Amino acid sequence: MNISVLSKAADTVSNCWGFLTVTDKENQELLQQLLQKQKTGKLTPTDRYKIPPQDMPEQDPITRSGNVNEVATGYTETQARLESMRCLQCKKAPCINGCPVRIRIRDFISAIADGHYKKALDIIKENSLLPAVCGRVCPQEVQCQQTCTVGLKFKDSTKAVSIGRLERFVADLDQNAGSVPAVAAETGMKVAVIGSGPGGIVTAADLRRAGHDVTIFEAFHKTGGVMVYGIPEFRLPKAIVQKEIDILTKMGVKITCNFIVGRTRTIEQLLKKDGFDAAYIGVGAGLPRFMGIEGESLIGVFSANEYLTRANLMKAYDFGSGADTPIALSRKVAVMGGGNVAMDSARTALRLGAEKVYLVYRRTEKEMPARIEEVHHAKEEGIEFHILQSPKRIIGNENSHVIAIECLKYRLGEPDDSGRRRPIPIEGSEFRIDVDTCIIAIGNIANPLIRQTTPGLEFNKWGNIVVDEETMATSVPGVYAGGDIVSGAATVILAMGQGRIAAAAINQYLEKEKKNRNQRM
Amino acid sequence: MSHKIISKKQLSEDVFTAEIEAPLVSRAREPGQFVIISINNEYGERIPLTIAGADPEKGTIRLIWQRVGKTTAELADLQQGDEITNVAGPLGKPTHLENFGTIVCVGGGIGNAPLLPIAQALKAQGNKIISILGARSKELLILEEEFAQISSELIITTDDGSYGRKALVTEPLKELCQRNPKPDQVFVIGPAIMMKFCCEVTKQFNIPTQVSLNTIMVDGTGMCGGCRIEFDGQPKFVCVDGPEFDGHKVNFDLMMKRLNAYKDQEQRAHEQYKKHRCKIGLDK
Repeated sequence: MNISVLSKAADTVSNCWGFLTVTDKENQELLQQLLQKQKTGKLTPTDRYKIPPQDMPEQDPITRSGNVNEVATGYTETQARLESMRCLQCKKAPCINGCPVRIRIRDFISAIADGHYKKALDIIKENSLLPAVCGRVCPQEVQCQQTCTVGLKFKDSTKAVSIGRLERFVADLDQNAGSVPAVAAETGMKVAVIGSGPGGIVTAADLRRAGHDVTIFEAFHKTGGVMVYGIPEFRLPKAIVQKEIDILTKMGVKITCNFIVGRTRTIEQLLKKDGFDAAYIGVGAGLPRFMGIEGESLIGVFSANEYLTRANLMKAYDFGSGADTPIALSRKVAVMGGGNVAMDSARTALRLGAEKVYLVYRRTEKEMPARIEEVHHAKEEGIEFHILQSPKRIIGNENSHVIAIECLKYRLGEPDDSGRRRPIPIEGSEFRIDVDTCIIAIGNIANPLIRQTTPGLEFNKWGNIVVDEETMATSVPGVYAGGDIVSGAATVILAMGQGRIAAAAINQYLEKEKKNRNQRM
Repeated sequence: MSHKIISKKQLSEDVFTAEIEAPLVSRAREPGQFVIISINNEYGERIPLTIAGADPEKGTIRLIWQRVGKTTAELADLQQGDEITNVAGPLGKPTHLENFGTIVCVGGGIGNAPLLPIAQALKAQGNKIISILGARSKELLILEEEFAQISSELIITTDDGSYGRKALVTEPLKELCQRNPKPDQVFVIGPAIMMKFCCEVTKQFNIPTQVSLNTIMVDGTGMCGGCRIEFDGQPKFVCVDGPEFDGHKVNFDLMMKRLNAYKDQEQRAHEQYKKHRCKIGLDK
């Protein structure tokens, strides 16, 4: 089945490096030639290699740094089909091994090449419930695209088939369709899902599909977890997340916001007094890490969590014209860290009007955990990278406002446990960068709330919940956990994968429980 | 879930109290805990307010707040029957309750509100309660009667001498510390500057002193770290590590500065709201 596609308004597609443009007409001609060849069985791997990798159309850097709209605007239909024809349809499909949830990538790409977009999406949805989200925020270059044969052939992972962009393309086509998955007959079993982030959403969906009575408990006043408070609008529009939540509601999942499990009710109370038969903990990492240097409590020093929450969830960019939550009025900003959250913070600061944004990272760009695309976008927008540097202290004025950071220069030594070369400070290399705002984006540690309030639940020395990886079962019967509270800071797709494993295990557990109860009765 | 205002009263020029429907919070809440509220789901600001009391049977909590910024002003303009969009809680660690012996409870201004449930609970533990309540003037003093009910001694001070002693709370506090036997424990809740000076007094006498801090927060669950203070040289989060702390180890100077981080922006927002509100008034 083919669903109709409105052709995108833009007929020229700007290259992501900004200097080449290819018209959509040229692309269409190329596509027709290729389709013709394919029809006659003459399309060779060499032909496929020759198809230019399709660049993602995006807002130009100057325009976009003045708005919060999505940067990447998505493939046109022609682009998507051209890109999908770059796929060699390898027998072994190494891309699938690179995917944490093992989406049948080769098959969905083949469906796009044939113009069968609905079929492509159905294939993705066998394994992933949030394709519009994952197509945007998955680190494909270190997952499916890293193992792609095309990328290996060019010895350049950026030239691999753009699997993520294709996933997004078909997911976005479905955004208006809003199909609601079928729900099995009511089982009469109740499950509490704690946290409405990516893990919670997919767990709730899978549990509800099996006919259980599912309630999501969210501590914030809005659902979506890190996808609404952390990841900025310009990278993941809130409307996409909301649509996933709306589908849950239509399926009959109940959502209770402003409910802090551990405080409003404990897990024990939910299970023993409120009639829940099982619980899934997907609360995220939830406690920002600071650097432990002098001056971190000065005014103008933020955790990335605080800065992004103010800007995203509380819409502080509209302060004075609607929003009530203020945010620092920064001129010069230093962001510490090299991950996606650091990039998000830096680019958010720019959009909030900062004149200069520095990204300070103690290793080199090669070791940065951020996605290549995000690094590229940040640079393009004018973020200044200070690599092999790290602050020694933050300096304040008499009012305790940040005025500068004192940095040390670093060099790289031998690889450490993570396999990355260890940064070594160069003695006596201190220098100063004048800034009025510092954003610390060096990761999160486990939030202690569940730990403090759930006796019997086993944690490791870092405060993460210990689970059986086959089932995501915790040490408390009927309680399962996944996502960052289990694995430390990771990705949306990993949280989602673990959520699905947990949901399957919970479904089995509840089936057994139900049998046991019936026998007793 | 909506949170209807069951009743509302003005306690002084800028201080208001309301009883609000919040069944889950009212049942879970313990002395020392707070809630985070916001009025507008899309654009509203999240502000922490201490729970001044609760009626679990009715499913209500009592909030007391001072009109200082836009959100607290908006809250003050809500009437009985109106609803507060979001009430999240209870948050923070509950007060550690124990029979210490003699406890001096020092409240300043709006601080009397969070102090009351703590003092009541300490009384219920068998402690002897001596209360010092301070206010700028007689009109601004709140909850005197409630404190009178649980205190074996009640000392009132006002800055202008319009009621009780014309003094700062530190004066009677010092006198109590000089008594023999000296008090076993001191609880202080009020403006940061008052807590700072009270802690300086009790430190001289080596009397353990608990303070309850009300810093700027966003989520209230440990996620953002905006509420952090310097405690014994280390960062601590008021929302999950507090709100109560050993007052002798809190860096009050830094905390006071952090409280003013958004002062200009907050003032502007408040002014704007007041102007907007006046215009609404003219339409009527």
